[in-house]
Amino acid sequence: MCRAVDLQRAVLAKNEAAAQILRTELTSRGTTVVNLLSSPGSGKTALLERELRLAGERGVAAAALTADLATENDARRLARSGAPVKQVLTDGLCHLEADMVARHLHDWLPESTRLLFVENVGNLVCPAGYDLGESLRVVLASVTEGEDKPLKYPTAFGLAQLVIVTKTDMADAAEFDETAFRAHVEQVNPGVEVVLSSVRDGRGAGVLLDRALAATEGNQVHTPVMARAGA
Amino acid sequence: MHEMSLAVAVVDQVEAAAKSRGAVGVSSIELDVGELAGVVADALAFCFELACAGTVVEGAELITRTVPGTARCEPCADVWAVGMPPRLLCPGCGAAAGELVSGRELQIREVRWAGPEAAREERRQPITEES
Repeated sequence: MCRAVDLQRAVLAKNEAAAQILRTELTSRGTTVVNLLSSPGSGKTALLERELRLAGERGVAAAALTADLATENDARRLARSGAPVKQVLTDGLCHLEADMVARHLHDWLPESTRLLFVENVGNLVCPAGYDLGESLRVVLASVTEGEDKPLKYPTAFGLAQLVIVTKTDMADAAEFDETAFRAHVEQVNPGVEVVLSSVRDGRGAGVLLDRALAATEGNQVHTPVMARAGA
Repeated sequence: MHEMSLAVAVVDQVEAAAKSRGAVGVSSIELDVGELAGVVADALAFCFELACAGTVVEGAELITRTVPGTARCEPCADVWAVGMPPRLLCPGCGAAAGELVSGRELQIREVRWAGPEAAREERRQPITEES
């Protein structure tokens, strides 16, 4: 009376297909996408503003797409760097999806863009499951958030190709235990690079830009264990 | 809550499959959800109820099967349950896991279509049966 059929289809197949199209399109015109994930307030925008400014100084054509539920505040901050910037308002959605990124590139992103930084919605849960056509996925954690953040949000940290610790100028005040943090990252994402950064004292200046430029070469990017899923 | 997007994706995919097969209804959808997929089954079930309203999927039962996370060490050929939070370093030698064998699934495993016969039966017997 009922017919069973095995669909075996990935629920996220639609997003993955859109991400693949976006990646192919952008890569073929020389644009590399960098997806930035972190919790709210970890310093994505401040780091990005610094790195975009550095990109400008070094003559690297970089742009930023920044997503929030409300306000254009981040776009205004990032635009101070001189780079092309666009704000995405997600209308309450907690993460970006590949087709949202694709939709927002029209009539805005200069053809010559080499690096497109996508500042995801501040959230370590939902954005982790969505490929945005990026060639480099970066997760940020500030020193005030606790060393166990990688264990609490294993998917976000487990799928990152680079981990940046921000606000390290406050590490002592926050009693940040760098060794413990690194061990927790290693548990969920063995071999991923962890770098320290502070926009306030200049530590790690250019780190995001350098790694993003390295990713444009294609073969220097870390592949997380979680992304090496078996058949 | 990204479970709403996932629920919509499930409904979209099953609706498309129903259309291509000429199915008139769906009795159940079984999903494989990996331990590391970052999906809350209860939230997904809640969203599914909302997402399927007014579609051919309306009334279908959503069955979620949790797939445990396991990893394999290349040198030791050892396979272990990674747990949550996952331990992706080999318990034997401490090396990084070579691969995650399971745990990130997010798949529609099976759909049971409700055929015309099923629809007739439901009319005669409006109480939903477990079968």
